[in-house]
Amino acid sequence: MSALVLPGAAVDPRELDGGEASLTGFLRSLPGVDRVGLEARTARLATRSLKHDTKRALIDVAISTMDLTTLEGADTPSRVRSLCARALRPDPADASVPHVAAVCVYPDLVATAVDALAGSGVLVAAVATAFPSGRASLAVKLADTGDAIDAGADEIDMVIDRGAFLSGHYGRVLEEIRAVKEVCGDVHLKVILETGELSTYDNVRRASWLALIAGADVIKTSTGKVSPAATHPVALVMLEAVRDFHLITGEPRGVKVAGGIRTTKDALRHLVLVNETLGADWLTPQRYRIGASGLLTDLLMQRQKLTTGVYGSADRITLD
Amino acid sequence: MSRYPIELGAPAWDYAPAPESRAVARLDVGMQGRLHIGGEWVDAADGATFATHSPATEEHLADVALAGAVDVDRAVAAARAALPAWSALPGAERAKHLFRLARMLQERAREFAVLETLDNGKPIRETRDFDVPTAAAHLFHHAGWADKLDWAGLGASPRPVGVVGAIIPWNFPLLMLAWKVAPALASGSTIVLKPAETTPLTALRFAELCQQADLPPGVVNVITGAGATGAALVRHPGIDKVAFTGSTAVGKDIQRALAGTGRRLTLELGGKAANIVFADAAIDQAIEGIVDGIFFNQGHVCCAGSRLLVEEPVHDLVVERLKRRLATLRLGDPLDKNTDVGAINSAAQLGRITALADAGEAEGAERWSPDCALPERGHWFPPTIFTGVSQSSRIAQEEIFGPVLSVLTFRTPEEAVTKANNTPYGLSAGIWTEKGSRILWLADRLRAGVVWANTFNRFDPSSPFGGMKDSGFGREGGRQGLLAYLEAASNDATGAGGGIDG
Repeated sequence: MSALVLPGAAVDPRELDGGEASLTGFLRSLPGVDRVGLEARTARLATRSLKHDTKRALIDVAISTMDLTTLEGADTPSRVRSLCARALRPDPADASVPHVAAVCVYPDLVATAVDALAGSGVLVAAVATAFPSGRASLAVKLADTGDAIDAGADEIDMVIDRGAFLSGHYGRVLEEIRAVKEVCGDVHLKVILETGELSTYDNVRRASWLALIAGADVIKTSTGKVSPAATHPVALVMLEAVRDFHLITGEPRGVKVAGGIRTTKDALRHLVLVNETLGADWLTPQRYRIGASGLLTDLLMQRQKLTTGVYGSADRITLD
Repeated sequence: MSRYPIELGAPAWDYAPAPESRAVARLDVGMQGRLHIGGEWVDAADGATFATHSPATEEHLADVALAGAVDVDRAVAAARAALPAWSALPGAERAKHLFRLARMLQERAREFAVLETLDNGKPIRETRDFDVPTAAAHLFHHAGWADKLDWAGLGASPRPVGVVGAIIPWNFPLLMLAWKVAPALASGSTIVLKPAETTPLTALRFAELCQQADLPPGVVNVITGAGATGAALVRHPGIDKVAFTGSTAVGKDIQRALAGTGRRLTLELGGKAANIVFADAAIDQAIEGIVDGIFFNQGHVCCAGSRLLVEEPVHDLVVERLKRRLATLRLGDPLDKNTDVGAINSAAQLGRITALADAGEAEGAERWSPDCALPERGHWFPPTIFTGVSQSSRIAQEEIFGPVLSVLTFRTPEEAVTKANNTPYGLSAGIWTEKGSRILWLADRLRAGVVWANTFNRFDPSSPFGGMKDSGFGREGGRQGLLAYLEAASNDATGAGGGIDG
């Protein structure tokens, strides 16, 4: 345990009992976030120049930390199998391209994905807990989670109850995450804050800490169904929470940015934020994820450009 | 983690070198190593020259003319000769000239940024994102003023102050030039400008820009030289107003020289700003503000937040965070786009910083720098923090003008004000707190010309900048800055001037 102490946070936050008063007191004692300063910092880091070997290395980091995602009402087993094929071999013409970290699907398609990815090293993540709104009873959420795990999911992406959070019922949010974590056991739990609905950076910081205290292995920005989603300032606030949690408890937790990341430039700027806030140690699939569907095509095009010297056509990149 | 088949180690990578091309600076072809007087390029009367070097590599960049008393005479005479026609131009016409200069500067922003970085040693990120854009903004802002002088606050038809003698420092060569040239030209005054000895190149390039923009000859004259050149310029009887930015010692000398002459003077001198961090501050952003406050431009900033005053409960937190953040600063080739900290401008300045830092250590303060390799050639000093600094220590009292931060503590807002004001200087101060009422309470009590709240080192042409006490007098920017270049129409008919303005 580091000697580092946040203002008002002398205790180990993991020992908070979940009582509303102590939890609220802790979350409100966290240092505020100054919007102007935060956005200036991310804007400046966006000017980092990433060329040549750096760009190639970071493109591979982006691919190998990717949760290749399909979360549509129109998803079918056939589409999921096709996505899994792409996850395993993103560029059929180039075996040096790493596989992605995981495929992310709805619970009913987990079995299909598990079957398609068996023994490959690509994990299966399932969204659960009445994704994306989270508007269901705890029993339904736990059943949803259990279903996905029974079907073989390696990771669960849950959503928090934003209504409870915004009305100040932090304890209820905490208990819900803890209950889901209990169902998960050693299955990796990613907790989606849906930052686009939390509105302020102060709320993002509090929700981040709340999820970390409750046992989230990874805190995740968004469902992808709400805009804005994974903006750079929001990502930085969450990275800072993970950094501070690590400094205080010694436990490394992860961050997943998801929603609206479509270009290589945007993805690489996210990686720069990680590098400058938590260090390159965090740029592994265990500690960092990028959730995306369309991004992979642009990453592969940029990667081909670095190899061949010319920009190809998107028509030459397989869609799924 | 048993379900985790992925066991990739952290990938080994670093930012690949991303140097800006030095060819755009046109050092070989475009550099006029001569004086720009009356719209012409001339050698010094006695043919004297001096060399300017790159602080980052000590490489010789160019030889430039060393102006003597005869050249100062010629430059002042050229400015005097250009004055009647220039001041008689309708304001809207002068505005067109300023707009044209501003646009041309924007179009050639990369060239000016690279040239400034080569000559000064500061990172290209700063010249590209701060120095050049802010200089252009000052020209644009004052272009807007040129036909609206009736609303400057001096009544109808104010008169230009006349011939301005401007001496600018080496820390922001192009920006300080714009701060003097823009209001002078808007007011209808003409100017003789002397850039600093170690950074003459962007001023000469700006003179080239004036020529290409068809600015009437003699309106902007640039003479390069050393201290003696500046001393001759400020003492020249043909000058109506002196605008000086630089050290307090030289400022006082100029003020003594001008006393009783009726010539006007503005001085923007040194500083030892307090950056005050309260326990309820937005800590992560405060850390960024502290870093920007003292390590921006290697601390070669008169308004740098060189004294960090931290409320005691968060002292350890702030210092630890600061050290973590400093470890990520990238020091090195100023032309590399990923460099955060560049070179110290000169060997002399490096000597001063080194001596004061050693004095801080000798006085018992604890010195810390991140583990960063300094290039073998050139003038370099690592970002440095001193903790356990007492108010009486030299590093808490004297301006270091380098990347050295002194950390002190306070217990109450009253103590913060007392400590912040306990300095001969009064240029700037910073306040970090989430409590708005406290910001206003402090701003009323801090004796500094500029007080930043939850930010630091922010500049805007519409916002007046200047100091109190040993930091000088007069303002630059905004309506207040413009007044230094104007006289009320009824002030007097003899043109004898209005004394020192405040």
